[in-house]
Amino acid sequence: MDHAETLQKLEQRFGTLRTSEFRDNLRIIVRPDQVAEVLRFLKEQLGFDFLVDITAVDYLHYPEAQDRFGVVWCLLNTASGERLILKTFLNEPDLTLPSACSLWRGADWMERELYDMYGIVFEGHPDLRRLLLPEAFTAFPLRKDYPLRGRGERHNFPVITRAES
Amino acid sequence: MAIGLPDSVFLAKLDPLANWCRANSLWPMPFGTACCGIELMATGASRHDIARFGAEAMRFSPRQCDLMIVAGRVVMKMLPVLQRIWLQMPEPKWCISMGACASSGGVFDTYAVVQGVDRFIPVDVYVPGCPPRPEQLLQAVIDIQDKIRETGSVRAKEFFRRTRFEGPEMVAVRPQEAIVSPGDYRTATRFWTELNIATDKLGVKTVFPELQSH
Amino acid sequence: MPLELVETGQEQATEQEYLWTLNFGPQHPATHTTLRLILTLDGERVVKAVPDIGFLHSGFEKLGEDLTFNQYVTVVDRMNYISPIANEIAWFHVVEKLLGIELTPRCKYLRTIFGELMRLHDHLLNVGTSALDLGAFTPFLYAFYQRELIYDLCEYASGQRFHGSYLRVGGLLYDVDDAWIRKLREFLNGFPKAHGDIARLLSRNRIFIERMRGIGVLSKEDAINFSCSGPVARASGVVRDLRKDEPYLAYGELRDAFQVVCSDAGDCYARYLVRMEEMLESIKIIRAAVENLPGGPVNVGVEGKAVLPDKNATYRSIEALIQHFELIMTNRGYPAPVEEVYGAIESPNGELGFYLVSDGTDRPYRCRTRPPSLIHFAVFPHLVVGHQLSDVVAILGSLNIIAAELDR
Repeated sequence: MDHAETLQKLEQRFGTLRTSEFRDNLRIIVRPDQVAEVLRFLKEQLGFDFLVDITAVDYLHYPEAQDRFGVVWCLLNTASGERLILKTFLNEPDLTLPSACSLWRGADWMERELYDMYGIVFEGHPDLRRLLLPEAFTAFPLRKDYPLRGRGERHNFPVITRAES
Repeated sequence: MAIGLPDSVFLAKLDPLANWCRANSLWPMPFGTACCGIELMATGASRHDIARFGAEAMRFSPRQCDLMIVAGRVVMKMLPVLQRIWLQMPEPKWCISMGACASSGGVFDTYAVVQGVDRFIPVDVYVPGCPPRPEQLLQAVIDIQDKIRETGSVRAKEFFRRTRFEGPEMVAVRPQEAIVSPGDYRTATRFWTELNIATDKLGVKTVFPELQSH
Repeated sequence: MPLELVETGQEQATEQEYLWTLNFGPQHPATHTTLRLILTLDGERVVKAVPDIGFLHSGFEKLGEDLTFNQYVTVVDRMNYISPIANEIAWFHVVEKLLGIELTPRCKYLRTIFGELMRLHDHLLNVGTSALDLGAFTPFLYAFYQRELIYDLCEYASGQRFHGSYLRVGGLLYDVDDAWIRKLREFLNGFPKAHGDIARLLSRNRIFIERMRGIGVLSKEDAINFSCSGPVARASGVVRDLRKDEPYLAYGELRDAFQVVCSDAGDCYARYLVRMEEMLESIKIIRAAVENLPGGPVNVGVEGKAVLPDKNATYRSIEALIQHFELIMTNRGYPAPVEEVYGAIESPNGELGFYLVSDGTDRPYRCRTRPPSLIHFAVFPHLVVGHQLSDVVAILGSLNIIAAELDR
């Protein structure tokens, strides 16, 4: 897998980009306001037609972290088999990103899950609701400041005894 | 016989007769949510045929069942559904909590998983294991049968005496922590919006072991 | 004509009086586990389907941040519980990619064998239950009998019949012995007949075909656009299989032993056929792997400082004992690179990947799963529109949605 050509085309279009590499992963780091444009360019010009995954990381306790949240798009070019990771950083209070739903329909539920778990809002998403947790849930559980065992929500139910049932 | 009944007539007390019928024709409601549900399927499938114990008539409609097998972890979005299904089952009814997750939360000591369904519904038999082997589930069915034979009565009087909650002590949630009520069985499958703060009804017990550890 | 109004399932049509809403699940036999669909129906035709999931969301990813790499194996097992060891292979594939561990040849082959056994495991259950949903009970019993034989193999190797927790960083929990190989060979010899029995019951069964063919057609463009992978994508004509495209474990060396099964029909029947054929290909892979199974140690040597030493070594040598303590003590552990890595394998259900962020300790800082079930279920509302209510179970069965992986 050769990333050189992809990188060259990206730099022609967007100027110098922050990149990093680990094993076979190539990461390109962009500003949040560039995301929509870069994703569109990657899909339409460079043939990254397969959205593997969207995920986020909360860097609250991470050593030497500058920003609070990182959002990651894993992309794949099904023709050449090339993989690419696009990354951006977000800070509170502005946790908004453009939605990729218009490019990949598979992004729909991945973005809803991120909204559910981290509270990151994707603008332009057709139906941004909680995906996994109940609608009435107020916290964002995958954030690092939310305790593993929750805040007692799991005990918050009425009890049925034999006499009642 | 002394009173000269013909051979085809039996005399029996009504209670043991009803128990005998009930014990040998349990109709399970397979509430399979996760891994244990697959083992439940294995119990019903070819090698460990649960039909040998008269409990093969799995009915997914709770109104036709008298034995609920909770197989797999129950999370806070699912618990109102579980309670609703339990209430829909006709008396007399029994419950098997199959597997570590249903009995105690198992390895999932997390924000979403209910730490044992016995906190919220009555449970008769617990099956340990993660997941239990089919043989263990069969043993649980046999145990339930024994329990029915020993304690059952024709009008299910054994349940009338059990008015107190039998599960582990309720973990009360401080009102300020009870920011969320994922719903209860009366409303949850219809409207999530009708919030019902459960703590009001529990009576106040100031036990917060879960919360103080954080 | 009121029927024209509902042709496309538009919003305004849902207000018409003749449309009705049906709640499907969360406790329903055809969902197998727990998911909920709110179907809007026009008579028996589905106009709109809104899935509601999360009925089994148990916080896997949050839990993973609290456990070490080795401990998390018990939890990933329970993710896609009809092919547990495939999840472990995916997890340790990524962990070893992060730590830079190169496995021993024997371990690679054994993991390959277990991966393929899990593929049989998954496809057998899927074929059996999707036939069960359509009213055929016998294939389910045949399939489950074969699954019991695989359970026996897992139990013999790992000690647990269901969730083996069999893999460790840099190797396996135990090596297998010759008796296990004999049992495996017996299973391999018996399997084609059982497979043939199931195929004879279903593949040309008229009821089965009428319920499956032409139902839930997913085009190739949509399959790529919706991020589908695995059998679902291959049944739609996407020729993509990570075993061939990005070989991991021993798949590179066994490249010639198997073929990628594809179809271009994209309907439920094609997905069924792809699964059935993949089982035969898996048998070929296992046969080739068993014949070429290398000798030697199954675990990476203890010099790597990340691998749990063998129990015998722990009792007999001071170095291994020290390392055992170093790894097991909660305040020790080993250093991992402060990096992030994405890796994926071809699990039975599709591309199962992990995005692993490490902060330098032996616990993951973040372990995101790329769950194929979630991604495939997102396609479901698109597939089901326009079909009859009875086709819902056929489509649901052919997508192979596993709730624990769907919700995590």
